[in-house]
Amino acid sequence: MTDSSDSQRPGGPRPRQINVRVRRQDGPARRPYWETFALPYEPDLNVISVLQKIAALGRNAAGKSVPPVAWECNCLEEICGACTMLINGRVRQACTALVDRLLEQNPREIRLEPMSKFPVVRDLVVDRTRIFATLKKVSAWVPVDNYLDLGPGPRQSQENQEIAYLLSKCMSCGCCMEACPQFLKIEVRRLPGESEDDYRRREGEITNHAFMGAAAVAQIDLFNSNPIGAMNARERLDVLIGEGGIQVCGNAQNCVKVCPKEIPLTTSIARMGRAATIHMFRRWFDL
Amino acid sequence: MASFRVIVVGGGLAGLSATMKLAELGAEVWLISLTPVKRSHSCCAQGGINSVNNLTRQLGDSEWSHFEDTVYGGDFLQHQPPVKEMAEWAPRIIDLMDRLGVTFNRTPEGFRDQRRFGGTLYPRTAFAGATTGQQLLYALDEQVRRWEVTGHVRKFEFWEYLGPVLDENGVCRGCTVQDLVSMEIRALPGDALVIASGGCGVIFGRSTMSMACNGSAVSRTYQAGARYGNPEFIQVHPTAIPGSDKLRLMSESARGEGGRVWVPRRPQDPRPPHQIPEKERYYFLEERYPKYGNLVPRDIATREIFKVCTQEGLSVEKDRQCVYLDLTHLPRDLLDRKLGGILEIYEKFQGVDPRSVPMKIFPAVHYSMGGLWVDYERTAAGGLRIGSPRNQHTNITGIFAAGECDYQYHGANRLGANSLLSCIFSGLIAAPGILSYLKDGDQGARDRSPSSLFKQAERRQRERLEELLRRPQDGDNPYLIHQELGRVMTAAATVVRHNEELDRAYEKVLELEARAKHCALSDRGSWTNQNLVFARALEDMFPVAKAILRGARMRDECRGAHYKPEFEMPPITAKDPAEARRQAEAWCDRFEANTRRWLESTIATCDSGGEPAIHYEEVDTGLIPPRPRLYGLVGGQIIEQVWRERQQPQVAAAASSG
Repeated sequence: MTDSSDSQRPGGPRPRQINVRVRRQDGPARRPYWETFALPYEPDLNVISVLQKIAALGRNAAGKSVPPVAWECNCLEEICGACTMLINGRVRQACTALVDRLLEQNPREIRLEPMSKFPVVRDLVVDRTRIFATLKKVSAWVPVDNYLDLGPGPRQSQENQEIAYLLSKCMSCGCCMEACPQFLKIEVRRLPGESEDDYRRREGEITNHAFMGAAAVAQIDLFNSNPIGAMNARERLDVLIGEGGIQVCGNAQNCVKVCPKEIPLTTSIARMGRAATIHMFRRWFDL
Repeated sequence: MASFRVIVVGGGLAGLSATMKLAELGAEVWLISLTPVKRSHSCCAQGGINSVNNLTRQLGDSEWSHFEDTVYGGDFLQHQPPVKEMAEWAPRIIDLMDRLGVTFNRTPEGFRDQRRFGGTLYPRTAFAGATTGQQLLYALDEQVRRWEVTGHVRKFEFWEYLGPVLDENGVCRGCTVQDLVSMEIRALPGDALVIASGGCGVIFGRSTMSMACNGSAVSRTYQAGARYGNPEFIQVHPTAIPGSDKLRLMSESARGEGGRVWVPRRPQDPRPPHQIPEKERYYFLEERYPKYGNLVPRDIATREIFKVCTQEGLSVEKDRQCVYLDLTHLPRDLLDRKLGGILEIYEKFQGVDPRSVPMKIFPAVHYSMGGLWVDYERTAAGGLRIGSPRNQHTNITGIFAAGECDYQYHGANRLGANSLLSCIFSGLIAAPGILSYLKDGDQGARDRSPSSLFKQAERRQRERLEELLRRPQDGDNPYLIHQELGRVMTAAATVVRHNEELDRAYEKVLELEARAKHCALSDRGSWTNQNLVFARALEDMFPVAKAILRGARMRDECRGAHYKPEFEMPPITAKDPAEARRQAEAWCDRFEANTRRWLESTIATCDSGGEPAIHYEEVDTGLIPPRPRLYGLVGGQIIEQVWRERQQPQVAAAASSG
């Protein structure tokens, strides 16, 4: 790199090695433990390339051969939402967590932990089924009649498109839920002899009562503002004011600060709060 | 519940559109995906989706012209009827996606906005910011979730497809899969199987593709007997951002909105780019291709960037090859509105604002034009018979393929913004054909398939797994073998290909394959064992890698993305008009001879040792005759003139006889 921004790196000289401390866990009911890995320093790495190098290295800082750290990723360009984890205590995507920036904050180590609001599957992999279950609960889709050729959708203003596009960029990564004080971890363990289907059904019934989180509120906003989606806006508003709905939001506003796609979540929450109030009145007076 | 069950492997645009349409037609669908389908690689597609539209029609565009641009862009290597059908469906597909709520950019009057992409002269591309693939994927993901709620679709997310289950007649009866969390292996009975697993870029180590795009699903189907078409045709995208874990795409839409590619005329000019005056900048694409400029097709742009850096020594940096992609002359609000998503990527990963400093980019492996061979049924008018069980059907009865993993639509080079279209189109049209196949076929076959067939398939996969787990610890690390495979493939089989290098690469790949068969796992557990899953996928990369290398080695010509300098057509060098004409005549003679010899699909079949056997198959070019692909290259006019003159008598003859 020859950019002038790089030749004068802030934070002084780079360390010779990168120490990475990972909170590991071998499985759901297992005790978590910390393991440290050491890599020679290279410029322009991100946390994904660090985890790839740890896998290729095959041993921890003490030189002991250990299984590679399990983590989830796919696109590596912050659009798929897979690689969410806590990096130096902050929830974010691992792909855009640049090592040089992290070392400026703390040259001694980089700390990686799984998200705390979702059950750990293994190491940095968590089970985010609940996020997708919530999308079912709030009917996050446009209920078209069929997939035949019926011409274009309704015309829309640039202004509407711009708002809808912002909301539609939500990649179900879970950052807003991790940061939310009202969104609590629910870990439902599979019972001995319970089928996968029965387990998921039971889990769904439990999580369905809990707070839906900011992302789901914004999805209701998105689909209720779509000209076709608006046709069943009332169904979504019923869910919005139901158990685990918008009334659980404590207005901490953490969600909007951590959203990697910079979705105006609190604006959506405010807009949906007003819609919920109106909807409640209409229900009371049976309008 | 529905009487037919279809298993779909892959939840990107092709898999989801097939699933959605199959569900609508009344089938039960089991959808297998390595990741939650919302995280599929389709979300990385940036620029847009092509179709003729009311605006371009008034500029002279038509479905035929979209079809023609696609086959010319693909250097005539694709069968024309499926492409013609796709171009005709394109406007309807975009209308459908619009109804499904895709947040397409709008004009001030509220119509869908369109931009221009490479290989065309019309603004044919609808887009949703610079994350069109993500927006299309989400719309389909939402529809499939709707069908999941009604019980028509069942998802197996974090499950991996291990291979098809074929009965004694070679008919597909289902597939084996593994739960990547609990590591449980199961054989799932299904009446038909759709492979929609995307590309194979991970074979090249770093590429613009996602980590799931390792080609293993295609490889397992190919190893079970499916034919693989045009393996050597790998698209190298001209503009990517080099990174240590991934080469991130910088969309063609950056050029579609007016971005310009240049290098300083003075090699490694130390001045910052904005201090280099206009006349000292070499806008090499615009100078060499004045008609298309920065929007020449990808294979041409890639080769020109590669040549400017490697042969002409004009790379912006000395130690690292790259050229400038410059947007700084464009208004910031336009850039934010239309390219925000991709500019954010550059900013986040490079720490530089591309609105004020030109980006540094270099080509990267991006798309597999080749893939599973699939059939189609042609109508008399030269389109497809929709609902034909032959459409998207591989040579294995009951296995269909759609999306990037089929070989059907893009020939030797894919045009920008055609992939989202071909993925959705092939998925949608596969569905009615599958239903016809199931209704015409032997309905009781599923019930009569003995359970021993599935037990045996499960056992074979368990044995493979146990063999991996039992290996001695002294073998190679699979991640390191993969890095080496990526280096070998990138060096030998990307932008420029030489026969000796391809031979050496093949030898090297055989050696790596042998080492991979003895690689050691550092994790021998039976819970979320990613180490094991990676090692198994690595083994399955080799049959595909070998098909790519063998296909490239045997094709002694230049076509689209496949470029061998040794067989390049010579440029017209003469200044004297008579001599130039003579050269152009010779050029056209050679072009015709080459077309007769090489305008054929490469078809690879995997033998029992995993080696590719290659044969060639005629291409249906019955609608648009092949012609030299010059894109208005400076110095190429005389060739075009001679070529036109040669076609005149044929056209006149055709007219008089018709």
